[in-house]
Amino acid sequence: MKLKQILLAGSFLVTASATTAMAADCGISNGRLSIIGNEFPAIQTVGAAAQSCEGLADAKANLTADHQTINLPGMQGNPAEYTTAIVANSSIVALINEDVIRPLDDLIAAHGADIPKNQLITINGNVMAVAFMANAQHLLYRQDVLEEIGVEPPKTYEELLAAAQMIREKGIMENPVGGAFAAGWNLAQEFTNMYLGHGGEFYKPGTAEVAVNNEQGVATLEMLKALSEYMNPDYLTHDSNATSAEWEAGNVALMNMWGSRSGRLMDAEGSTPEVYENTVVGAPMTVGGGDKAASTLWWDGWTVAKNISDADAEATFLAMKQATSPAILNDETMGQAVWMIEGYEPAPVNDGVFSAISMGTIPYPMLPQHGLLHTALGDNIADFLQGKESAEQTLADVEAAYTAAAKEKGFVN
Amino acid sequence: MKHSAFFWFVLPSAAAMLLFIFFPTVSIIVQSFHVEHEQVIIEVENCGPFGCQTATAIDQEATAALREEQPLGRFAGLEVYKDRNHLAVNEFGELWAQSDGIGDFIGDLMNLPFYKALGFTLTYTFVVTPLTIVFGFIIAVAVNSAARLFRGPLIFFTLLPNIVTPLIGGLILFWMVDARGVIGTALRWLADDPSLSVKADTGLMWTMLMVYGVWSSAPFAFIVYYAGLQTVSKDTLEAARIDGATRWQQIRHVVIPHLLPLTTFIALIQLMDNFRVFEPIISFNAQAHATSLSWAIFNDLGGETRQLSSAAATSVLTVIGVAILLSPVLVRTYRSYGKA
Amino acid sequence: MASKAQRRPLALQIVLLATLVIWMIAAAFPFFWTLWGSFKVEADFFSLTNWDNALTGEMTRVETGGAFTNNGYYGAWIQEEFWRAAWNSTLVCLFVVSVSLTLGTLGGYALARSTYRYAFWFLLIALIFRALPPITLVSGYLPVFFDLNIWGYLPTAIIVLVAINQPFTLWMLHSFFKNIPAELDESAMVDGCTRFQAFRHVIIPVMWPGVITTGLFSFLLAYNDFAVTAMILDKQNQTMVPKIASFLGTTQTKGNVMFAVAAVVSATAPLFVLIMFFQRQIVSGLTAGAVKG
Repeated sequence: MKLKQILLAGSFLVTASATTAMAADCGISNGRLSIIGNEFPAIQTVGAAAQSCEGLADAKANLTADHQTINLPGMQGNPAEYTTAIVANSSIVALINEDVIRPLDDLIAAHGADIPKNQLITINGNVMAVAFMANAQHLLYRQDVLEEIGVEPPKTYEELLAAAQMIREKGIMENPVGGAFAAGWNLAQEFTNMYLGHGGEFYKPGTAEVAVNNEQGVATLEMLKALSEYMNPDYLTHDSNATSAEWEAGNVALMNMWGSRSGRLMDAEGSTPEVYENTVVGAPMTVGGGDKAASTLWWDGWTVAKNISDADAEATFLAMKQATSPAILNDETMGQAVWMIEGYEPAPVNDGVFSAISMGTIPYPMLPQHGLLHTALGDNIADFLQGKESAEQTLADVEAAYTAAAKEKGFVN
Repeated sequence: MKHSAFFWFVLPSAAAMLLFIFFPTVSIIVQSFHVEHEQVIIEVENCGPFGCQTATAIDQEATAALREEQPLGRFAGLEVYKDRNHLAVNEFGELWAQSDGIGDFIGDLMNLPFYKALGFTLTYTFVVTPLTIVFGFIIAVAVNSAARLFRGPLIFFTLLPNIVTPLIGGLILFWMVDARGVIGTALRWLADDPSLSVKADTGLMWTMLMVYGVWSSAPFAFIVYYAGLQTVSKDTLEAARIDGATRWQQIRHVVIPHLLPLTTFIALIQLMDNFRVFEPIISFNAQAHATSLSWAIFNDLGGETRQLSSAAATSVLTVIGVAILLSPVLVRTYRSYGKA
Repeated sequence: MASKAQRRPLALQIVLLATLVIWMIAAAFPFFWTLWGSFKVEADFFSLTNWDNALTGEMTRVETGGAFTNNGYYGAWIQEEFWRAAWNSTLVCLFVVSVSLTLGTLGGYALARSTYRYAFWFLLIALIFRALPPITLVSGYLPVFFDLNIWGYLPTAIIVLVAINQPFTLWMLHSFFKNIPAELDESAMVDGCTRFQAFRHVIIPVMWPGVITTGLFSFLLAYNDFAVTAMILDKQNQTMVPKIASFLGTTQTKGNVMFAVAAVVSATAPLFVLIMFFQRQIVSGLTAGAVKG
């Protein structure tokens, strides 16, 4: 019942912070802290630890799945409602575009010299965020099924397709491949991964003009189509929840899944021992003979708002620094994420993310206009997968949709 | 009623609507005529836990200066309405010029996001609204004919699909309709097709969404009609029966005319709500198969970069669409206003 | 009761009965399924291997040792503190209904009694206001609310919900008031009352059936609201529906679907009591007014 323990620990941490039973000395004398972020267990741990700092005049955390809609308006006021936003490499762009977060160089010089350099996110020479956890999508496979067909875990997507064909022919599973191909954000993410694996560039260099209608784009779409032939026919409605459910039901043997979800797939809840004991984490795969993994690296980190007083900024910095320091690592929190903190001991479940890092996987593009392309991809690729259009037509539609949106936002003329 | 009395009576209500609906509407309309300033892009070096990359970023000072001058953005007139993601005036013209026939033209037109959404939205509205009215009436007649003892529970269960929040009601049906769920299995058995899957087929998905729409809206029509049936004049019915009218003639000539104003009311509310259909598409993860105007707005606002002008333009187009749809009903209400 | 002339032929009775049975199954089955399933684990209720696992509870036996489990309810109510959301919902609904009805009765009465065309235009504009998708309105509120420091609090959500639902409330109430004969308050005014005194002493005693019906619709709108409450409320202050949505997880982490299922059943149960209690009032209220409007 490890899951239950983790959840109980998480909720204990949250309620405990309210009673400051775990008060910590963070070196703060006064100041306000107000966090906005997503609601993973890992972020809840960080939020609770930050709020438990002594000396804070006011400590609040609003951790919700809608944080991306709220964080920008919440930080535009003067003074800003939120003093820190916990963001990922995709969501930090919205805050930077509107200039609501402050560079941290001076605060680091004064109080944060001991933060490891690889945790600092630098944009145009300024440190804008401090990362504390990493995530990536990688291979997950059923080792008993692969043993049955006598195949090594695939290193490339082509090998994966061959293995899937064998599994189907042997009658072990009808639709052995899984993937979060739900139209929208998920499908666009899969395209992004595969396109980077093919070595594609999204934009014309130095501009925001899109350039995906090329041979890498077509190859990406063809590969996604090939994969979908081995998936459950409902794949266009399957987000991560549904894909994980297919895995736990034992219907899928090869899957590209988020590292942060692997832990739940390998635990004893929700599936039979045949499934969860044989769930093994693999490295991200490459495609088309390339050397870059067909995946993206993600980090989560904290920022400090611009429209707040210097005292609040300092207090927030110290609180968040404490909340992402080795002090928060213990038995319960260790398994919540791939922490980028000293003293973190990775478990086998984290091998996938570490492989992704060591393979030099490209981080998700931190470009101001990329959100528009992501939306355009998510809206249009389904047409190709359903056989309604050719690959070139689909990519042309994507480019047209992106260009219209980019004109409206002022990125192209 | 004196003007001053009228004014004071409606003041609180009007003030609330003014503040929270009228002013935001004006701001949305204004927003839809503006686009953002040109972003000044510079090349930068970004470093993180995974190394350094060259990337582009926005030059904050230059952009801030532009924003100071004109906080709303650049005035774009109807550009946003005419662009590809909305009315797509240019693309429309091109397709008209080069397609072989109406079928071909419509097929190509449905590739454009706004028209694709409009296609589903209109189909949904014009299928679900009449079916809701018809089914609501049939259920009301059926419940009205049941023994008094059972009416309480019957009314409660009938209202259930409408009172449970659409987000979760839809999610539960989504899982039941899955090819391996209880309804999905039943459908496979009924159709005698072991590979049938509602979620894999666009036609079936549209049908499922519309069935869901009728299922969740029929209770509203039911309760209104049921109340109406209680007030059908027994004398008129008796007179008709004495004159030799059959049951069907009684319904046609006494009951249905009596319920006509109700039908107008239900039609009004249903047309408006169905045109803004949105929750079922989210709950059923159906966006690969069906999109609607409200969904398009949600999509614009939900990404990492929020497209405010685009969402504003689609919202204005939605309101115009509703106004067009409602015009026949409203004209009738206008004519009968003095008489009621 | 029914005279011999009114008794229905057997064929018709069978048709009506069949319709009722089919509709009852269609309407009630998903909820009974959910009620039953809320006492199982996710692997059973959402089983992809075998749909009748939800009935037999196979995985529930494996994971918790019994055919039924209250993990879902425990998790939602105790662990995730759903009781807070339930309390927030109660407060929001109470205030939304009372404020909405106060503003609505005043406005609806005026609209019903006015003989000028501008009353019709007022109603028409209110109707068009209702046509705007709520999600657009709400996204417009966010920067303003943050600036004024009123974001996240229950009173803000209450006022927003009242305002957004005014068009529907005004339409319903105005048609109820139309059915109260104008002679009643006319004669009171002839006797020397002001318009407001006439309203207070003559109309208020007889307006209750219509008001209760409108109140119930307002209550349901506030109870089931998602678009507004999800965006306007702080995590602590969330009402039930956004709280349920938050149990569903995100792309990168799995949520607790069974908590959501248990919470949905818990949220629907009070409605059962409400409808059973008020069903006669709803019908008589609709009968008294909107029916003829």
